[in-house]
Amino acid sequence: MPKTDQGIIIKSPQEIAIMRQAGVILADIMRVLERHVVPGISGAELDSLAAREMAARKVTPSFLGYRGFPAHICVSVNEEIVHGIPSPRVLKEGDIVGIDCGIIYQGFQSDSAMTLGVGRISGEAARLIDITRESLEAGIRAAKGGGRLSDISAAVQKVAEDSGYSVVREYVGHGIGHAMHEDPQVPNFGPPGRGPLLRPGMALAIEPMVNVGGYQTRVAPDHWTVLTADGSLSAHFEHTIAITDGDAEVLTRR
Amino acid sequence: MAKKESIEVEGVVTEPLPNAMFRVELANGHRVLAHVSGKIRLNFIRILPGDRVLVELSPYDLTRGRITYRFK
Repeated sequence: MPKTDQGIIIKSPQEIAIMRQAGVILADIMRVLERHVVPGISGAELDSLAAREMAARKVTPSFLGYRGFPAHICVSVNEEIVHGIPSPRVLKEGDIVGIDCGIIYQGFQSDSAMTLGVGRISGEAARLIDITRESLEAGIRAAKGGGRLSDISAAVQKVAEDSGYSVVREYVGHGIGHAMHEDPQVPNFGPPGRGPLLRPGMALAIEPMVNVGGYQTRVAPDHWTVLTADGSLSAHFEHTIAITDGDAEVLTRR
Repeated sequence: MAKKESIEVEGVVTEPLPNAMFRVELANGHRVLAHVSGKIRLNFIRILPGDRVLVELSPYDLTRGRITYRFK
């Protein structure tokens, strides 16, 4: 697997094919999880479900044990941005919940996330979710072969901020392959035209985190859960993509 | 899973401090307080004053870092 001089690992078409299969499997698991998000379910139950779905498909969880993370998925509710640890806490009508999941298939990683409303949610919450999803799609559209990494960052930021929201600065998307977090870091903000050249064979996880209020974050006493500093709602979406000569291919498309 | 944004810089360890912390002088002259990463501890790699190391810094607090690699 040759590296570019930026340290970004370029995957061969055969390796991308494996990551494509991994993405299909992960998308399947995400669909199952989505169906189960109803008022009354807990994050812990979703985590158990994810564990069973991974075992059934013979893939391994990439989060479990990663830097000590204690679960298969992240479950982040309302003002929690990312990295929420699944707990017995029951999701209730009106909550929004971010689910982040990663798997390893034949040695390659796939990483994806979605934010869902639990039962009926407020118009404000629904709008945040829609805009965050749209900001990810804008980032993906900007990820063209021959372009620059920060084209993605600028596209995400524009969609989020044009709607009056803020983009989290301190957490970023990332290259992905055998490891979950590879070079390059993919911020969700910044001017276009900067950073490494996007080349076919690069695999990236793009993950906008969008807050209703300010962009500042804080970490909970559990040392994992990241929350908005001002307590406002936050949404998170993520896809693993492969860069091509033209438009990027979304490997985790549901 | 989102990655925490970070910057990696080279530096030289100047003095050891209690609790496996070290003062590191970076290539740009800044002196930071750094702790040793879990991977280095797991592999029983000793860090001594004078060692050249890689330090991972948060862009939001440039005075503190994590030593992630010791150069030969």
